Amino acid sequence: MIEVKNLHKSFDGKEVLSDISIRFEKGKTNLIIGRSGSGKTVLLKSILGLYPVDSGEIWYDDRNFLTIDEKQRKMMRQEIGMVFQGGALFDSSTVEGNVRFPLDMFTRMTAKEKENRVAFCLEHVNIEKRAFKLFPSEISGGMQKRVAIARAIALNPKYLFCDEPNSGLDPETATVIDELIQNLTREFQMTTIINTHDMNSVIEIGELILFISKGRKEWVGTKNEILHSNNHTLNDFIFANKLYAQMRRDVEEG
Amino acid sequence: MSFFFHIGRFFVMLKNVFSKPEKHRIYLRQLFYEIENLGVNSVGIVVIISLFIGGIMTIQFAYALANPLYPAELVGLGTRDTLLLEFSSTMLALIMAGKIGSNITSEIGTMRVTEQIDSLEIMGINSASYLILPKIIAVVFIFPFLYILSVFFGLLGGLFTGPLAGVITIPEYVDGIKWLFEPYYITFSIIKSLFFGFLVASVPAYFGYYVQGGALEVGKASTKAVVNTNILILFFDLVLTRLLLT
Repeated sequence: MIEVKNLHKSFDGKEVLSDISIRFEKGKTNLIIGRSGSGKTVLLKSILGLYPVDSGEIWYDDRNFLTIDEKQRKMMRQEIGMVFQGGALFDSSTVEGNVRFPLDMFTRMTAKEKENRVAFCLEHVNIEKRAFKLFPSEISGGMQKRVAIARAIALNPKYLFCDEPNSGLDPETATVIDELIQNLTREFQMTTIINTHDMNSVIEIGELILFISKGRKEWVGTKNEILHSNNHTLNDFIFANKLYAQMRRDVEEG
Repeated sequence: MSFFFHIGRFFVMLKNVFSKPEKHRIYLRQLFYEIENLGVNSVGIVVIISLFIGGIMTIQFAYALANPLYPAELVGLGTRDTLLLEFSSTMLALIMAGKIGSNITSEIGTMRVTEQIDSLEIMGINSASYLILPKIIAVVFIFPFLYILSVFFGLLGGLFTGPLAGVITIPEYVDGIKWLFEPYYITFSIIKSLFFGFLVASVPAYFGYYVQGGALEVGKASTKAVVNTNILILFFDLVLTRLLLT
């Protein structure tokens, strides 16, 4: 579980996040949605500790991330997996080198154990063995995202963060990535937070959805509730897409 | 203000760079990789430049000293001392700032803008130390060797070119190289090359590490890094020459 309490964050005196409080549940795919520039990436990076916050609390289960010392924070980071928007794979390493990297850095596993763990993670994200020796520049965008997910789960994290995991992917591959993240979340009982503005992801895997607008918490609910919401700002965001507007009309008409 | 901001941030970065590594074995592996990538891969260009400059200097000294009152050995002496004191340490460092420095800035800068550095930080790795420390140690370690190599091939360039151009004989040139030799010049230049090695690795690393934006900014940072490294090399050349040679 990750809980954020009364979080405030500003850049150069301009408030970007204002009084955000939310509880992200374990074993569920928690989504942060909002328009571009609404503050969702800042929120994600603040929770991760990449941005210092002005005030508030960030709890990872029973540990307040903002008050623990640097050593504990470093240890805690090994419980966190992160999938970046562009994958952020290390260009100079192969696919298996990327997944092995956290194991090399933080475990005392033997070479054989590492090899098995790398294979386990890559097979879990459906990467074929022949791709193990390829470099990130030699594989497709969808595969890069899957390798990034494999690297993120290599240390068996308790918390998984994904920053727009579907950006730049075709709808079919995006669905595969969504399902993969949801399945891994359930299988490994992680607390997963996904930052997205992809409405397909919202409808497919949004077990808890936080909608933020202009840095404020605007609405919280599930994928089943989102189509019936009376929040105008949320509706303007969702039903900007004609397909979802039609979907809502269909729902209302029974 | 901006100047002091950069100085302050540079030292903050250095503090992180020289903090305790997470896993020595991984850092050692990185160090060997950087010695090969930044050092061994620079040997070719050092040899070529030194051969040509040594040859050119020999011809120019012969031209400038074309007076029966000057002993012919002065050509060898002039070439040797110029290589020992200035070319193989300072000029080579300026050239290496272009080759190695731009490589370091663009590599680290690209890692920054593609969030690879954020990725390291989230894993709990000290990214400054992991990425920059092996580069600094590798370049500081390799620079004295490049200096010695440059002196050797510079002298060899003169030995080939002088007699070929008909401006000096081989015995005159060799005698000139041995004439009034001051071993301290080598010590002085190796001290300089250690300083320059540090600058060539750390200043471009700073510009790459703090780059913001995209590919365009990485390119700009690379140019800035080379310009600033060159200025700092010349400044420290002046300071070290004043301190160690006068």
